[in-house]
Amino acid sequence: MNSPTLDSAILTLVTFIPMAGALLLLLFPRRDRDIRIFALVVSVLTFGVSLHLPVYFERARAGFQYEINTPWIPTPNIHYHMGVDGISMWLVVLTTFLTPLCVLISWKSIHERVKEFFILLLIMETALIGVFVSLDLFLFYFFWEATLIPMALLIGIYGHERRVYAAIKFFMFTMIASVFMLAAILWLYAKLGTFDFVAIQTAIRNGQVDGWVGAAPWLFLGFFVAFAVKVPLFPVHTWLPDAHVEAPTAGSVLLAGVLLKMGTYGMLRFNLGLFPDQSRSNAPWIVTLALIGIIYGALVAMVQPNMKKLIAYSSISHLGFVVLGIFSFTQAGLDGAMFVMLAHGVSTGALFMLAGILHERRHTFEITEFGGLATPMPVYATFFSFIVLASVGLPLLNGFVGEFLVLSGAFRAREVYGILGATGVIWSACYLLWMYQRVFFGKVTHDVNRTLPDLDMRERLALWPTAVAALVMGVAPLLWLNAIDPAVQNALAPFAQLASKVVGQ
Amino acid sequence: MNGAAQVTPQAVEYIRILPEIVLTIFGIIIMMLDPLMDERRSQRTLGAVGLVGALAAIVATLYQSQYPGVGFWGMVNVDSFSVFFHFLVTAVTAVVILTSYEYMEVQQIRAGEYYGLILFGAVGMCLMSSAVELVLIFIALEISSISTYILAGFRRRAAISSESSVKYFLLGSFATAFFLYGVALMFGATGSTSIAVIGQVLASGQPPVLAYVGIALMFVGLGFKVAAAPFHVWTPDVYEGAPAPIVGFMSTAPKAAVFAVLLRILFEAHAPGRLWLIWVVAALSMTLGNIGALVQDNVKRLLAYSSIAHAGYLLVAFAALPANGIPAAMFYTASYAAMNVGAFAVVSHLASAGERYVTMEDYAGLGRRSPLLAATLTIFLLSLIGIPATGGFFAKFYVFSAALQANLVGLVIIGVLNSAVGAYYYLRVIVVMYMREARQEVPVSPVPLGLGVALAISAVATIYLGVLPGRVLEYATRSAGDLLR
Repeated sequence: MNSPTLDSAILTLVTFIPMAGALLLLLFPRRDRDIRIFALVVSVLTFGVSLHLPVYFERARAGFQYEINTPWIPTPNIHYHMGVDGISMWLVVLTTFLTPLCVLISWKSIHERVKEFFILLLIMETALIGVFVSLDLFLFYFFWEATLIPMALLIGIYGHERRVYAAIKFFMFTMIASVFMLAAILWLYAKLGTFDFVAIQTAIRNGQVDGWVGAAPWLFLGFFVAFAVKVPLFPVHTWLPDAHVEAPTAGSVLLAGVLLKMGTYGMLRFNLGLFPDQSRSNAPWIVTLALIGIIYGALVAMVQPNMKKLIAYSSISHLGFVVLGIFSFTQAGLDGAMFVMLAHGVSTGALFMLAGILHERRHTFEITEFGGLATPMPVYATFFSFIVLASVGLPLLNGFVGEFLVLSGAFRAREVYGILGATGVIWSACYLLWMYQRVFFGKVTHDVNRTLPDLDMRERLALWPTAVAALVMGVAPLLWLNAIDPAVQNALAPFAQLASKVVGQ
Repeated sequence: MNGAAQVTPQAVEYIRILPEIVLTIFGIIIMMLDPLMDERRSQRTLGAVGLVGALAAIVATLYQSQYPGVGFWGMVNVDSFSVFFHFLVTAVTAVVILTSYEYMEVQQIRAGEYYGLILFGAVGMCLMSSAVELVLIFIALEISSISTYILAGFRRRAAISSESSVKYFLLGSFATAFFLYGVALMFGATGSTSIAVIGQVLASGQPPVLAYVGIALMFVGLGFKVAAAPFHVWTPDVYEGAPAPIVGFMSTAPKAAVFAVLLRILFEAHAPGRLWLIWVVAALSMTLGNIGALVQDNVKRLLAYSSIAHAGYLLVAFAALPANGIPAAMFYTASYAAMNVGAFAVVSHLASAGERYVTMEDYAGLGRRSPLLAATLTIFLLSLIGIPATGGFFAKFYVFSAALQANLVGLVIIGVLNSAVGAYYYLRVIVVMYMREARQEVPVSPVPLGLGVALAISAVATIYLGVLPGRVLEYATRSAGDLLR
């Protein structure tokens, strides 16, 4: 199976199978059942094909693998250049892992314009994968922007009451921010005549760019703003709660599970990769914002009466950990950041699915509407507790590994970072467990809740994979980390030189 | 250049104006057929003749491209640059005729000279792109303008349409006067009206003050025609009143032709002092156009303001260096033509009798009632925003990167911020179509064949330019080389 042709074609396949599925769906008659089954088949197939990546990945190698690089447009010099390293590979797999679950969870809750929904979902998957595998800055930008439209439409058409407001806010925030990134990309192209990530990185490291010293801080900011809005980092996070609360369940799962990671991935790949000096000099305020995000997100989550909003704010808090880890510039910190991204994708995706399941039954997210749910819905309560514990960071489940690594990296960078960051772990235990207590424990407070049906087969099918993944990631994190490690070392190489330069002086 | 001595033009020189000849002949045929035919049934036949004329002109353009060179005593020049614009204008003409087919029937407008005027207008526009002599350019400009003045007033029963026509005519003639004055001054400054000679004179030494004034006046006249700020005030009213397919026509084809003229005058004639003039006009157009569009509720007015903004983006390319500014501008005109003609085709279909349904409200719920039409309009709007995989994206991209290479960072920043603002109002249309329920059901008739073909052509062109822009850009780059030689 592991032939050279397949190796170079595999990323194209993984990226465009969902797109091809979406195009085929266009031709389907409007029989909702067939459409759902077909979408499920396509997304499962994509997941299956994407498993080729980790199976044949050479773990010890740091550089990009499965590369494909052919000219696409001669002027400007744009290449169809794709490849993955240990960092991006897992994000691809995370995307393909979550999409079939999104299909399953939307089975019943989407009953109008079903065809369009699944078409958008599959296009979304293609765009997301494309973001992670692109090694040409132009291609990257292309997919980056391409994620916007399906997501805005998913929110705006299939969302809840204030969906239009949320969709426009989401679109405008991310669109305006990414324009700055485009400007920075264009500047690089104007100077270097290439969009190739590796070529640009080499040129910068060798100091071959005219006017670099003056422009680099602005370029850094151009990229950073685009990514910070996506993450979202503290002052620009306001689109996220709206988008999450209004989005349909599948939209929330992809939004929290993958879309936010585009931001942190971008920081890791582009801010650190292209601008090591600027990253280091800007780190203090970025880390400060990340810490504010961790604590602020947690505190706001604590007082949310709306379950979905609570999970949304918890995302802000968790993503703060990722940024903290990235800008600690330590091996442990970056490893941890990567692991938190993956773990958060799995467990928050699951939390949103759980919230969505409850919404299907009661059409509300208000925590006070529930109480004592453990009695009518024992299986549901069990799944929920498992995922909450994973999210809180219980050892041997996935949340723990990442947060532990991030904090140890943060301590090494600066103790106060670690101390403040560590409070975030406590906060997350508070708000999640308190929410769990209010929803599930005690007596059934509302009579309607007495007769709520427990999970059916389809819902269990959607939840089991996340639970298994949470457990395996917690027990055997090395399966993931041994691929992440070399890539992170590679990303940190210029920082080690920088540090030795400082010491030498 | 020794053609001046020669008395009668050679046969090959007629090939160099072949598309114009073809268009004129078909225009005259329409004029002659019109009185012979039954009033009510003439529209289909005349439209078919018009369409055949436009297609024949495309073929003539292809044939003409084999015979590059100057003709008619150095007044026209067929090079890959002019062929590009010929092709663009004739293609737009064909698509607009396809769109008009249904529109004219629904609006119950007597076809009469409608299709003839479109073809005559196209003659002027084609000639503008190949003329290399200022007086001929002026004549071509007038041919194209006068046709569009009349076309703008073709919804005879609607007062707003007559207003549109009169307004366009009065302000337009004022603007052409400016252009003519500029030509006269340029002649005074350099002693010639031939662009090539002017270029030589101006490049050889310190240009006289008169030349600066001449350029500025010509720029005012042409700026009016492309609806660049601060000469844009006519645009919203005229676009609102004119028949929708004609707005699609006059917002793309004459504009493309005028941009071709501007490119020739500014770059081939080495026009002095262009930079700051263009800088200011481009920045103003982008900003005023986008801000104006933000508050519009009438889709035609919205697209009118958007066309002002797009003229601004396009002018950014004129401030850049010729080597990449010219291809960027050419690419922009092409992709703007594709997406705007398409958008107006949808608008004219939805407008229905008397252009009743042209407000944002009428588009509510279109995504449900007519998914395919809504999806097509979405493609055009996304392209107007400049989303990747559409022509509009690469157009902006080339323009801005050309400007960056000329170190016009300030202008690029203004442009980029403006395109972010622009995203908002295009998006509003999309949002209304998909996410809002109609308060009152606006009827949508099924798409007839002609319109369907027009939409398909525009949509395919928009996507093609967005996915494989390489060939078109390469061609444009080559033409830029021709132009600068």
